[in-house]
Amino acid sequence: MSTKVGERALPTGRARRPSASDQKPQKNRGVPAGTRQQGLATPWLFLAPYLLLFGSFVILPAVLGVWISLHSWDYTLPNKPFIGLDNYVALFSPGSTVFGPFWGSMRATGIFTVLSVPLLLIVPLAVALLMSKKFPGRDFLRAIYFAPYVLGVAVISVLWRYLLDNNIGLVNHYLGLLGLPDDTAWTTTTPAAWVALVGVTVWWTLGFNAVIYLAGLQDIPIELYEAARVDGAGPWMQFLHVTIPGLKPILSFITIITLLASANMFGQSYLMTQGGPGRETRTAIYQIADAGLRNFQMGSAAAMSYVLTVFLMAISALVFYIFREKQPKKLKKEVRS
Amino acid sequence: MNALTTTMSADSRGRRARRRSGTITRVVVLGAIAIAFISPIIFMIVTSLKTRADATAIPPSWIPNPISLQAFASILAPGTSTPVLQWFANSMVAAALNATLVVITASLAAYPLARMQFRGKNFVFVIIVATLLVPPVILVIPNYLIVSELGWLNSLVAIIIPTAASAFGVFFMRQFFVGLPIELEEAARLDGANRFVIFMQVVLPLAKPALATLALLAFLGNWNDFLWPVYVLFSPEVQTLPAGLSTLQSANAVRYDLLMAGAVVASVPVLALFIFLQRFIIEGVSRSGVKG
Repeated sequence: MSTKVGERALPTGRARRPSASDQKPQKNRGVPAGTRQQGLATPWLFLAPYLLLFGSFVILPAVLGVWISLHSWDYTLPNKPFIGLDNYVALFSPGSTVFGPFWGSMRATGIFTVLSVPLLLIVPLAVALLMSKKFPGRDFLRAIYFAPYVLGVAVISVLWRYLLDNNIGLVNHYLGLLGLPDDTAWTTTTPAAWVALVGVTVWWTLGFNAVIYLAGLQDIPIELYEAARVDGAGPWMQFLHVTIPGLKPILSFITIITLLASANMFGQSYLMTQGGPGRETRTAIYQIADAGLRNFQMGSAAAMSYVLTVFLMAISALVFYIFREKQPKKLKKEVRS
Repeated sequence: MNALTTTMSADSRGRRARRRSGTITRVVVLGAIAIAFISPIIFMIVTSLKTRADATAIPPSWIPNPISLQAFASILAPGTSTPVLQWFANSMVAAALNATLVVITASLAAYPLARMQFRGKNFVFVIIVATLLVPPVILVIPNYLIVSELGWLNSLVAIIIPTAASAFGVFFMRQFFVGLPIELEEAARLDGANRFVIFMQVVLPLAKPALATLALLAFLGNWNDFLWPVYVLFSPEVQTLPAGLSTLQSANAVRYDLLMAGAVVASVPVLALFIFLQRFIIEGVSRSGVKG
């Protein structure tokens, strides 16, 4: 490309040639891909509608949230006194009224995340591997696995609360037919409630992760598999030394979004277990939304949301670090553990 | 290639046979899982067509006897405290307007980020992308206050506008624009067209598949959004379907015929979109993989 430009520039004057090709070879063509050929305001006019929304409902609230968290901000009261870091201090003081509920909800989020993320990384990968080769009906099957995801959390939660009903639900009915206990109270006792919440979430979002894996698998050049086969690698070795390294960027991406999605779990708990039994399955998001938007303790709730965010950022950073530093072999261990 | 396979030894022919039987096993296994997978959705539809007594009968049956539209008639009847038809209309309006807003603002914003050089470009892009990793929960409480200040509480506007600031949309459209061949735009520039004309007449027509995908994902995301509507919409008549389902569930704890009918009403439009446009949706997700 630059030689073309140089050739074109040559007849117009020898002196110009070096500078033209050194700096901005495209400038001479008159139709540059990305040089300043528009008015200064043009890009900002394009950006303006979006930035208005983005500024009002993303940037402003992100900053306003900090401000709120520094106040005793009860939405229903006229006075919202500044209290510095007291909301944060209270969250870390075992004697305070917010300590128990908040850390209880963080624990619930932790349990759900630890149980659901490994399943949501491994099961969809297995499905994607089974579907990576072309066979009749593959697109149809892919669509079926994906289908629950389009339904949304409210529909699937209401549906599964019915299927998991301990008296008339389909799940206990079939467990009974198999000779297993048929009276499990799936939504009102733990640990059954965790099994239910995790199981339903895996069913709901498996197809989503599988579709991303599938795209990643298709990006791995087939020659790599052929070369591995020539070297005598069996399917398992191919998986370890071709598939896993080839999926590395996708793996880190899926790990992060799955972690964040699980840590943000709300609807399943709200509709299937109502946070129960007691507060055991009340997740951090549930607690924050309820404290802030039902009880209107917005200062405290905002502080909770920042504490949760710090946790999530730290975990995301850790995932980035793990996937950047480790060798493919160790990587697999991370994913499976 | 053909010559090669015909001269293959018996050994490799055996391997091929094994591979074929492997494919059959694969299809059978995947098919069986798929049936198990889809069966809860089937059972939801089946139950919605049952009578009240049939819906709670033991053992549960997969065939409604008799097939009844009672549950639908009951939840869709006007003048109840759970106006499902109104929720349906609210969800349609909100999701359609939100998707429109997302597509317009995101594609406009993505274009200069893909194709123009200007001061602050990288800063703007990095900030937008960075917010993709910010947990949405930190925005919920302050956005409630902002929406309250704007007088949008308990109104559909709260569901349509704040969530239209889609960082994902900008990122998605920018990736698409970067991948477009630049020659057509350059030709239009030579003809003296300005940037906006080029965007409208050259770029957008080429971007139709991406715009459709983004519109679909935004529609689905808004249609299914749960937490925000639950807390921002409190009167039954302004609720969207997901928030409404929650209301319906508290009002009819074990009337599973009604709940399943409500769930079916909330599912029909998205399932229909999915059945007819699944290629766009699945490819949109697999190319970008951010929850819609």
